[in-house]
Amino acid sequence: MSNAHAYPHEPTGVETRKLGMWVFLSTEILFFGTLITTFMIFKGREFPGIKLTDVYDIPFTSISSFILLMSSLTMVLAHNALEAKDQEKTRVWLLATAMLGAVFLAGQIYEFTEFYHKGFKLDTNIFSSTFYVLTGFHGLHVFIGVVLLLALWGIGQRQQGLTLEGGMNLEFVALYWHFVDIVWIVLFTVVYLI
Amino acid sequence: MTKIIKPGKQSSIFRRPSSETGIWSWITTVDHKRIGIMYGYAAFFFLLIGGLEALVLRIQLSQPDNNFLTAAEYNAMFTMHGTTMIFLAIMPISAAFFNYLLPLQIGARDVAFPRLNALSFWIFIFGGAFLYSTFIFGTAGAPEGGYLSEEVGWLGSAPNGGWFGYQPNAGMKYSPGTAMDYWAIGLQILGIASLISAFNFITTIINMRTKGMRFMRMPVFTWMTFAVSFLLAFSLPIIAIALFYVTFDRKFGTTFFLTEGGGDPILWQHLFWLFGHPEVYILILPAFGIVSEVLPTFSRKPLFGYAAIVFAGFGIAFIGFGVWAHHMFASAISPVAQAGFGLSTMVIAVPTGVKIFNWLGTIWGGKLKLNTPMLFSLGFIGMFVIGGLSGVTHSVVPADTQQTDTYYVVAHFHYVLFGGALFGIFSGLYYWFPKVWGKMYNETLGKLHFWTMLIGFNLTFGPMHWLGLQGQVRRTWVYAEETNLQFWNIVVTIGAFIIAVSIIIFMINWIFSKRKGEKAPFDPWDARTIEWTIPSPTPEWNFSKAPEVKALDDFWHAKYEEDDEGRAVRKESAEQLLIELEEEGLNPTENIVLPNPSYFPIVLASGLPFLGYAVIYKSIPLALIGSLLLLIGSFGWGTEPLEEEVEDEEDNNEEYLDNV
Repeated sequence: MSNAHAYPHEPTGVETRKLGMWVFLSTEILFFGTLITTFMIFKGREFPGIKLTDVYDIPFTSISSFILLMSSLTMVLAHNALEAKDQEKTRVWLLATAMLGAVFLAGQIYEFTEFYHKGFKLDTNIFSSTFYVLTGFHGLHVFIGVVLLLALWGIGQRQQGLTLEGGMNLEFVALYWHFVDIVWIVLFTVVYLI
Repeated sequence: MTKIIKPGKQSSIFRRPSSETGIWSWITTVDHKRIGIMYGYAAFFFLLIGGLEALVLRIQLSQPDNNFLTAAEYNAMFTMHGTTMIFLAIMPISAAFFNYLLPLQIGARDVAFPRLNALSFWIFIFGGAFLYSTFIFGTAGAPEGGYLSEEVGWLGSAPNGGWFGYQPNAGMKYSPGTAMDYWAIGLQILGIASLISAFNFITTIINMRTKGMRFMRMPVFTWMTFAVSFLLAFSLPIIAIALFYVTFDRKFGTTFFLTEGGGDPILWQHLFWLFGHPEVYILILPAFGIVSEVLPTFSRKPLFGYAAIVFAGFGIAFIGFGVWAHHMFASAISPVAQAGFGLSTMVIAVPTGVKIFNWLGTIWGGKLKLNTPMLFSLGFIGMFVIGGLSGVTHSVVPADTQQTDTYYVVAHFHYVLFGGALFGIFSGLYYWFPKVWGKMYNETLGKLHFWTMLIGFNLTFGPMHWLGLQGQVRRTWVYAEETNLQFWNIVVTIGAFIIAVSIIIFMINWIFSKRKGEKAPFDPWDARTIEWTIPSPTPEWNFSKAPEVKALDDFWHAKYEEDDEGRAVRKESAEQLLIELEEEGLNPTENIVLPNPSYFPIVLASGLPFLGYAVIYKSIPLALIGSLLLLIGSFGWGTEPLEEEVEDEEDNNEEYLDNV
């Protein structure tokens, strides 16, 4: 922060907004924790009828998971580029991250539509309900992440470009984005693989 | 020449708000003190509404087989009374204290995220308004053939499934209409407000402490704010997800909590109380903090066992996550779980007891000054001990299954939340009144308020213990004449009206003292913590320069020293110090940069009720309006510069530089 006044800040040495982001992410863990717990409780109660295993397509979801994980890589590249003060590259990698996220979202929408047509709907059974609420809640997070990334990219278009300080900070959008990716690793394992 | 840097004109896309008085200055403010004051008034308004609802309930119960209210109206009233008092009165009034005092106690200029602070306040306001709009738009039907299927008036068109919203009773089948949707989504919105303020306070306490303000030098009230913020941050997500499930069950045909579709109503109870029990400590810990400030000040002694009180507070917060199932002893949980949760419930009484003994140790042998804040704090200890002891009886499972759903439980939690939390809050309101308004309250009226409230309170909730043990059940709108419960029920109703009188005395005192009270000295209580080192009322910029803290109870050490026998003696230099402090507080010698006011918190917050209505009425246009408001709000927010560069200010905006 560009504080011209000598008021003390940050006795811990961690930037305040970054600290706020960490606190926020710690509560996010409880959001997802509650959802995953419910999912585990209701797993195996899929009566009547149709199960996730009847409709899902592991290779497809694996590929879209891979795409999401790759977006974490491009996020790191964007961060590195910004540390090297290369505005051009930062913007490119930011856009790439946002696009990879968007591809993942498109994949999720396609997947949901497929499931729906195969009869696996929100109110089909308790399992389908938990599945949609859980993965949908994650999808919402990815969507918000993509919006944040695009906003950051837009700010980067302006004359003064992006900085590592300043208002909208690349660093804490990156924190959020990595968190959402990590959650997906857990979800993919719990929902699709186990 | 000292300057207070005012907001510049050139903003992102809109003009920055620049008014300093009038309604716009309050709507756009990000000043933690103003936000605290607004929290206080809004919460007190809801406290009055919740109180009126309680009076209506008591009128109904004053006679056996009364028909002042219908069953449906009674259900709506007790649901709204509980929901209002917890989420719209006690929690935000605690937030008022956090907002106003936290930055002052740690020597900061504002909270870590001033605009987020404004955002959580406005979300709270819109959430409360949304919940109460159920009286206008909501409908509460009755299950077909049920005994409630009579005409439901406007009073009955409110949520009626209890503040705990037990499933499947609160589901669509047994609570048709939209009222319970208002409840579920209203709480969701209020939860967002509390979550945001929790991030804000945690970050503020960790990162905004002034020089020398180590953790173990923080005032106890700040410590309790810290503990409450963690409780909020880790318990609200649980209820948020559970309320999502309720909304999905009611609106989109899922069966999370409905057995007919393989769901589990007990899961709702687990999720609800996993939030609900930490919530109890969210309500009471701020009062613990306030009392721990008031007692040493008026006993002329340091707090007995500072570290013990702090760690006991965190002990309570931690164990508070492990006792939730004691609310569910009457439901189908296994005997092992019952034994375990019974034990953990007994264990949590230990840190609570530590605190009580520390407070007693603080007043022991002190030179007590029985001003109104002190009276309320002493009343707090007495009433809280009664409530705490009846609480421990609930850990005995066989006894608890007898008491469940009787007035014994009602008596217990009112002794804790009214006799505890609210007495502590009133203590704090009187204690910091001079700091906030720069005036003294009327001591006679204050004491009158205390005694009428103490008598009214005990008349109201004391007899409920034996009413409950005699078998009067909660949440039931009549009792039969043959049960012989009438005498104590009339006493209870009279007590409730005495409480109403005491609240009126309080309001008169507040209004008159605020207008015509004597001017307050800036340290009227000879206090110990650094918020008393600045003028009353608190200047806009809090501290003229960042204070440096050298000890726990720093201000006390500045005024007092030990003599040879270890007694505290006022330093000769103390009077001079006070004069210098006041001089310095009013005339800052450094440039002061205050966070800029902003329109966007209120814009962003106003989107949420629209989204709420959109879900209830499944309306795409409302959803679009809500999303648009969120979008405008966040876009403006994101592009608004945080602080003006001071150099630019001096070059470009001379007219905005106020000379002090």
